[in-house]
Amino acid sequence: MVTTTMPQPSQRRPFSWGNPLTYALALAVAAISFAPVIYVILGGFRTTGQIAAEPAALPDPWVWSTYANVIRQSKFWAEVLNSTLIAVGTTLGVVVLGVCAAFVLSRYKFRGREALYTYFTIGLLFPAAAGILPLYLLLRDLDLANSYLGVIIPQVAFQLPITIVILRPFLAAFPAELEDAASIDGADRLGFFWRILLPLSRPALVTVAVLAFVASWNSFLLPLLVLQNESMHTLPLGVQNFSAEHSQDTAGILAFTSLAMMPALLFFSLAERQIVGGLQGAVKG
Amino acid sequence: MTTTGPTVLAGRADARPARPRPTGTSRAARTRRKWYEIIGLTGPAVIVFTVFVLAPMAFAVYYSLYRWSGYGWPTEFKGLDNYFGEYGAFKDPIFLDALRNNAIILVGSLVIQGPLALGIALLLNRNFRGRSVFRLLVFVPYVLSEVTVGIMWQLILLRDGTADSVLQSLGLGDLVTGWLADPSVVIWTMLFILTWKYTGFALILFLAGLANVPPELTEAAAIDGASWWQTQRHVTLPMLGSTIRIWIFLSMIGSLQVFDVIWVASSPAVRSLGASNTMATYMVDHGFNSREWGYGNAVAVILFVISFVAAVVFQRFVLRRDVEGALTTRKG
Repeated sequence: MVTTTMPQPSQRRPFSWGNPLTYALALAVAAISFAPVIYVILGGFRTTGQIAAEPAALPDPWVWSTYANVIRQSKFWAEVLNSTLIAVGTTLGVVVLGVCAAFVLSRYKFRGREALYTYFTIGLLFPAAAGILPLYLLLRDLDLANSYLGVIIPQVAFQLPITIVILRPFLAAFPAELEDAASIDGADRLGFFWRILLPLSRPALVTVAVLAFVASWNSFLLPLLVLQNESMHTLPLGVQNFSAEHSQDTAGILAFTSLAMMPALLFFSLAERQIVGGLQGAVKG
Repeated sequence: MTTTGPTVLAGRADARPARPRPTGTSRAARTRRKWYEIIGLTGPAVIVFTVFVLAPMAFAVYYSLYRWSGYGWPTEFKGLDNYFGEYGAFKDPIFLDALRNNAIILVGSLVIQGPLALGIALLLNRNFRGRSVFRLLVFVPYVLSEVTVGIMWQLILLRDGTADSVLQSLGLGDLVTGWLADPSVVIWTMLFILTWKYTGFALILFLAGLANVPPELTEAAAIDGASWWQTQRHVTLPMLGSTIRIWIFLSMIGSLQVFDVIWVASSPAVRSLGASNTMATYMVDHGFNSREWGYGNAVAVILFVISFVAAVVFQRFVLRRDVEGALTTRKG
C-alpha cells in the first residue's frame, strides 16, 4: 500500500538481446506511436504545395522558413509564457497545499482523520469536466474569469486528490523513531515537518509536481472557457486558433504544432522516470 | 511499488514510547495547539477543494432546475423539465446520440486497449536492450496534449491526405472513406485516435505491474514444466489483477469525460449532427456557447451522476481490495 518513488531495481535480471520477435514487436509498437509525430515535425519542413502533391514523402527540398515564421511570431511566445506561468503557478499551489494536507493526514492522530481523507478522494470518483459549467459561472462571479488565477486555482483543486493519495502513504512510511529523535533534539512537530520530512520527501514531491505541471501544460477545456481574452491564451488554445485561422496553410499548422509540442516532449524525456513512477504510485494507491 | 512497510510501521506507531514533553505546557494547551496545526495545514486545501470542485456540482443541480440565460439570479423555475420535459435532454435525439457515443468510446477503449496493451506488455516483459528508449517512445502519445493529437490526426486524415495516400500505396485504396466527414464513420475515427493516444498509458501501467511480479515465481513455474503461455495465464496474469482493475477504473472515468480530442478533430457541423458528440462536447455547445445555462447544467448533472454511480459501484465491488487505505477507511 505504500507508494515509494525510489527508482526500482531495474537490473534484476541481466540484460539480454531478447529474441527477434520481441524486437520486431517493440519496433512496430514504437513506430506506430511515434510515426505521426515524425510526420508532423517533418511536415513543417515542407511547403503546403509539396504536401498536397505528395502527402506522404520526405521534405524535398527542406524549407526552413515555415518554422522561422512561427518562431518570429510574438503571439507564439506570449502563449509559451502564458502556459509557463499557469503551469508553474498550478504546480506550486498543488505541492504546497497537497504536502501540508498529506502531512496532517499521515502523521497526526485525530477524530475525523479518515473521514477527511475520504472527503478528498471523492474528487477521484467523477470527471472534472462534469463541473466545468457551474465552475465557469462561479469564476465569473468571483471576478476570476479572464485571469491567470481563474485557471490556476481550479487546476490546483482538481489536482489535490491525486496528490494527497500519492503523498500520504509516502509520508506515513517514515518510522516514528525519526519523529521521536527529532523531538528529543527539541524540534516540535512543525520543525520535524519542515526540517526533516520535507527534504526526505523530495522524490515524491517531484513526482506530484511533474504530474501537476504536465496536466496544466496540456489542459484545454478550462482555459478555453475561462480565458476569453486572446492575449492570455495558452499553447493548446493557440494551436487550435492557429489551425482555425490558417486552415489552408497545412505546413504552417504542422510547424506550429510541432513547436508547441516540443516543450512537453523535452520536459517529458527529462522527467519520464518521475511521471511513470508517479503513475505507478497512483495505481498502487 | 508496494512494500509491506506501513502495516509494520503503523503497528509500531501505536506502541511507541511516550514522547518527552517540554515541561510547563499543559495538556489542554498542547491539544489546542495540535488542533491549530491541523486546521492551519489542511484548511487551505479543504477550502480550495470544496469551493472549486464540490460546490460547483451542487450549484449545477440547482441551476439545472431553471431556464436561465446566465445573468442575474435564475428565476424561471422549470422543475425537471431540462431532464425529462418535452425539450429535455432525454428527449433530444442528439443528446441520446452523445450518450451512445460515450458508450462506444467506453466499451471500445476497454475491449481494444486492454487486450492490446496486455498482449504487448506480456511479450515485452523482459529486459531487452533498448527497453528504456522503447518506453519513452510508446509514452509519447500519452504526453502530447489532446489538442496536439487532435490536430495532428485531423491533418493526417484529411481527404486525399497522408492516411489515404499511404492506404493506396499499400493497395488498400478501397478502404479510403470520409474519416472525419462521413457521419457514420467519424465516431470510429475518434475511437481510433483515442486508442492511439491512450494504449501507451495502459501499456506502461501493465509493464510497471509486471515489473513487480517476482521473477522467482515464473522461474519456479518454468522449472515445474509450465509452458510460456501457462506461466503467463496462471502465474503472471493473476498477479496483475489489481493493476488491470485500476486501469479499467481510470479508463472508464476518462471515457465518460472525453472532450478535447473530439472538440478539436471533428468539425462542429459533424458534431451537431450527433455523429461525434459526447456528453461533454454537447454540454459545452449548449451551456456555454448557446447560453442555455439551465439546460447545460442538467447535462452536467447527468454526466456527473453516470460517472459517480459507475465509479462507486466499480469501487465497491471490484476495486475494494486494491485501494484499501486509499479510497476506503484505513485503521491507523
